[in-house]
Amino acid sequence: MTAPAGTAPLLDVRDLVKHYTARSLLGRTAPPVRAVDGVSLTLGRGETLGLVGESGCGKTTVGRTIIRLQEPTSGQALLDGIDIFTLGPDALRAFRRRVQMIFQDPYGSLNPRMTVGDAIAEGMDIHNIGTRLQRRGRVASLLDEVGLDPGYATRYPHEFSGGQRQRIGIARALAVEPELIICDEPVSSLDVSVQAQVLNLLTDLQRTRRLSYLFIAHDLAVVRQVADRIAVMYLGRVVETGAADKVLSSPRHPYTVALRSAVPEATVAPTAGRIVLGGDPPSPAAPPPGCAFHTRCFHPRRDERCRTERPELRPLGGVQVACHYAETTPV
Amino acid sequence: MTPLLEVRDLRVSFPVGEGRTIHPVDGVSFALERGRTLALVGESGCGKSLTGLALLRLVPMPGRVEPSSVIRLDGEELMTFDEEAMRAVRGGRIGMVFQDPMTSLNPVLTIGDQIAEAVRAHRKVSKSEALARAESLLAEVGIADPARRLGEYPHQLSGGMRQRVMIAIALAAEPEILIADEPTTALDVTVQAQILELLDRLRTQRGMAVLLITHDLGVVAGRADDMCVMYAGQIVERASTRQVFEAPAHPYTRGLFGSVPTITGPRERLTPIAGSVPPPTAWPTGCRFAPRCPERFARCVTMPSLRRAGPGHESRCWLTGDEP
Repeated sequence: MTAPAGTAPLLDVRDLVKHYTARSLLGRTAPPVRAVDGVSLTLGRGETLGLVGESGCGKTTVGRTIIRLQEPTSGQALLDGIDIFTLGPDALRAFRRRVQMIFQDPYGSLNPRMTVGDAIAEGMDIHNIGTRLQRRGRVASLLDEVGLDPGYATRYPHEFSGGQRQRIGIARALAVEPELIICDEPVSSLDVSVQAQVLNLLTDLQRTRRLSYLFIAHDLAVVRQVADRIAVMYLGRVVETGAADKVLSSPRHPYTVALRSAVPEATVAPTAGRIVLGGDPPSPAAPPPGCAFHTRCFHPRRDERCRTERPELRPLGGVQVACHYAETTPV
Repeated sequence: MTPLLEVRDLRVSFPVGEGRTIHPVDGVSFALERGRTLALVGESGCGKSLTGLALLRLVPMPGRVEPSSVIRLDGEELMTFDEEAMRAVRGGRIGMVFQDPMTSLNPVLTIGDQIAEAVRAHRKVSKSEALARAESLLAEVGIADPARRLGEYPHQLSGGMRQRVMIAIALAAEPEILIADEPTTALDVTVQAQILELLDRLRTQRGMAVLLITHDLGVVAGRADDMCVMYAGQIVERASTRQVFEAPAHPYTRGLFGSVPTITGPRERLTPIAGSVPPPTAWPTGCRFAPRCPERFARCVTMPSLRRAGPGHESRCWLTGDEP
């Protein structure tokens, strides 16, 4: 996948692999779980890349590996040309100022015994940003920026609703003035009315602060709302990527077609024939050979080649798609 | 003709200390007809799940269904049933499927045993007959190779298959009504589509009525004939699904639609509802949505009743309709 012409990407992930190996009770090595199996992506400044897929597709592992919460098995991730995976402790600390993460469960990611103000200021403390007094002022203005009363700084996380806690999580991420925020399902535990507030907030913050987002989510409609480009993952690999509007309006990979078709749209307008995939996604511990999607594929041309030869991403009509027969995918 | 299920003025109360009581379900009325799907839609805390539990008198302690509530199943007053009679209704005439199938299934019993147990709870048949019935139920809910699956344990199944097993258990007693509480919320979207198709097919084939409880307007759109939108313990809008989607009458319903991102059409900024859902201890005395409503005016300090928005379409808002 390539960045928009003429701009060097802020983030450039190349052939990222993360395998988990587990030893069985008898000491035999079980086959590795191929959580991420060769993912490449780029993200430009001020851009949002939506990383979508169902549970177990590896999207969260991609995010956690990029921010070094997990070590990769192999591959490269460059932030402004600097290899994230080879950073020593000092360089890693500097890196963590530039890249922050927002999690699905804002309660689980906030220390219940720390006031909201201290939680937001923690990053500034670690990175020695400003004086104590300045930090307190920063906390107040950050709370205001995410739509919360600055007076909340002295309260504790349990006093807040899910939506408010997610705003606190966002303020905490913003405190060190990052360039890139990895958002891992940031709205999926919120009620729809609150979800919309948080999506608008993220959009506004991106504009005012020129942030880049790697936006990881399972909900295609949510991703469409915020993403410039999207990458669709299935069993550890990107199967289709390109401009969000393009991929979602005319998907080329049969999996994207099915995912798109399965989204329950809040409209009673007649929708095109629904494609309901059979079965469940296979286990990443035993991915099918060839195209990993072939066991559920409905493409009329699927054949022996799909069962044996793994399709690589290739350009087609302005997007990149990993399907041998993408030219004739029924939409 | 009497509706299959008629609920009138359903009220659930919980003591909250100091002699105070809250009503998380506060005067809910609806009717469910044979062979139809009625959706109860709303955000967390609106009372939709508790409504489902109240119908089966499964409200967790110390809550209770107020005795003035009317719940009629095919004309029979369920509120007058004793506990034993209610047990026959639960999982008998009314089946239930919940969001999380893993916690509803017994991890140490095989799938076959659990379905057979449900069969035998409502019909006097031998163990082997019950197992044979379990196998055909598994086939009916779309599980491939049902004979083999009978001997498996819940942890060996995927989330989607567990939900199919839960549906098979609910079907074991040939229920007239299936209450499905967020049946697909924990599932991936491609699997969700499968389960919704299945529920639709069962409803058609068996002439069952389905009460679909969900927060997801998208799930409602494709599946429910009629819908009730709930907010703060009350129904705020009620009509056919088509009417609500084409012309939502209540400001809360319109706010929900403005909050949902779509997959087609132009990408526009969302227009969310301000604030968040208040807890039952903080509901205002007038219209409960008024503090978040962009259209509130002086009259909203008193509670509106459901007002006529059109044929078969009601909305709990002073701005609805032309009655005084």
